[in-house]
Amino acid sequence: MKEDNIIEVSKLTRRFGDFTAVDHISFEVKRGEIFGFLGANGAGKTTAIRMLTGLLTPTSGAAMVAGEDVFTRAEAIKKKIGYMSQKFSLYEDLTVTENIRFYGGIYGLSGRNIRSKTEELLHRLEITGVRDRLIRDLPLGWKQKLAFSTAVIHDPAIVFMDEPTSGVDPITRRQFWDLIYEASDRGTTVFVTTHYMDEAEYCDRVTIMVEGRIDALDTPGGLKRRFGAPDIDEVFVKLARSGSGAANRLGKNAETRSDESAANRPGRGATPPPGEGTASRSNPNQPEGGGAT
Amino acid sequence: MSVTVRNLKKKYGDIEALKGVSFEVNPGERFGFIGPDGAGKTTLFRILVSLLLPDDGEARVIGLDPVTGYKELRRRVGYMPGRFSLYQDLSVEENLRFFATIFNTTVSANYDLIRDIYHQIEPFKKRRAGDLSGGMKQKLALSCALIHKPDVLFLDEPTTGVDAVSRREFWDMLDKLKATGLTVLVSTPYMDEASRCDRIALMHRGHILDVNTPQGISGNFGRELWAVRADRCYRLLKALRSFPHAGSVFTFGEQVHYTDRRDDFNPEELKSWLESEGLAQVQIEKIRPTVEDTLISLMDRQEGGGPPDNSATEFHRT
Repeated sequence: MKEDNIIEVSKLTRRFGDFTAVDHISFEVKRGEIFGFLGANGAGKTTAIRMLTGLLTPTSGAAMVAGEDVFTRAEAIKKKIGYMSQKFSLYEDLTVTENIRFYGGIYGLSGRNIRSKTEELLHRLEITGVRDRLIRDLPLGWKQKLAFSTAVIHDPAIVFMDEPTSGVDPITRRQFWDLIYEASDRGTTVFVTTHYMDEAEYCDRVTIMVEGRIDALDTPGGLKRRFGAPDIDEVFVKLARSGSGAANRLGKNAETRSDESAANRPGRGATPPPGEGTASRSNPNQPEGGGAT
Repeated sequence: MSVTVRNLKKKYGDIEALKGVSFEVNPGERFGFIGPDGAGKTTLFRILVSLLLPDDGEARVIGLDPVTGYKELRRRVGYMPGRFSLYQDLSVEENLRFFATIFNTTVSANYDLIRDIYHQIEPFKKRRAGDLSGGMKQKLALSCALIHKPDVLFLDEPTTGVDAVSRREFWDMLDKLKATGLTVLVSTPYMDEASRCDRIALMHRGHILDVNTPQGISGNFGRELWAVRADRCYRLLKALRSFPHAGSVFTFGEQVHYTDRRDDFNPEELKSWLESEGLAQVQIEKIRPTVEDTLISLMDRQEGGGPPDNSATEFHRT
């Protein structure tokens, strides 16, 4: 493994029956890089990330993450990485400090270490005043920032982030990216997937997956030049539309569930946030709590 | 007027979701509500389609009061809620047939309206709705919301969580609908979608901050806006923030959008200063503000210029 590579992937492949979700992908990520992972729903991003985080064994190929082999050392990988998902990360019915203590514990930090990290974290995020408040009572932006900080509390080599800023207001989003920049500055590698194409531009390099393959891998500027596009959105559209079958993209594959259900099972917790998946049967003729009678 | 709203208010316990919003939508208009989570968009839409009672204020949708005229209203509006809410265990065509039936019509009666949309998912018509990809679910939900030929269509964040290509396709479909004269109210957290609306309302924390055409909104930015680039983005960001005359500093992809506090700002001076801070390839150009720039500026002003999210009672999506 080369000195400053934190991830090395070679012809990594994952099949489900006769469907190939990830098709011989190869790439490297350097220590401290902010690496953007883009792709349409169903392109294979989630499967690829699950293999890299030790949650899914590949079918063939090779990959090293933080010096560990994904085939044989999946548990070791989990200790060296952080993971943050948009839909679930912190326990809503625990307080700020309880969540920090919980995750610190899971990541194997000592009691004293957790206490000092807690103070450091609360001060850095300027949320010392709400240390005993329940997560569910915090504004979304604060939750996001706290979730990120908890995901890196054990100073992992790499943090994987699955659509971390969905729905958050533009100012809070930028504050969040400040945290990412700082982490990268400290040498933490950040692996992020996003549907906000302008966020792809904050990354050092970006890869775009189409139908299980990596169809582009370059700096944002490089991609824009190569595709003659003014922004990553345009690059993405050009690539995705040039794929070998709109029919394929429309859903003849295993990853047809929307991101809401598929992307959030790895790692933390079991309960989906309240409201998710419960209101699947609303129709206009049915009053919803508080409606007129 | 297709929709008229005056001083609408709604609270959930202590949390004020809508703090007195007012606006009007013209027939045939495509009217966008742009704002992040917690702005009040979903609450507003639920009130207008009669699923929620307001605490105060009034509203009329195609002349009907959602509180008292809800029966007639529900026959004549189309609604696509923020989360996929069709029957997961019914197939695509079963869902469509179901909605046609409860609106007392048939799939063929108004098929023209949904043809272009439904065509794209027709090959999968026997697939269970729960097994569709995000983009396909959208198309099905839109078809079901149109099947009874509504007079007004309410789309609550129809493109959230869906990839960029599907998002574009969805807006292309909306373009085609426009030709039919249908009034469309759509909410979105994506700023770039604002430019595809006739007029937009910027929303934040229960308030409407401004209502105008997309170009008009940016026209109200009020100051000169500059795009700054350099070789290292994060270092540039930190440097600009420490510049003594910095007004606002916000990243936008590979550039930083900057305003200066002085009226006689000279970009050359900033360029030299940045170079003296060790940055290379510095470029500074004047640009037209986008909707996002304007929303950030309005939010910043609303917060009194301090960091947002200070109040722990801010409403957030549950």
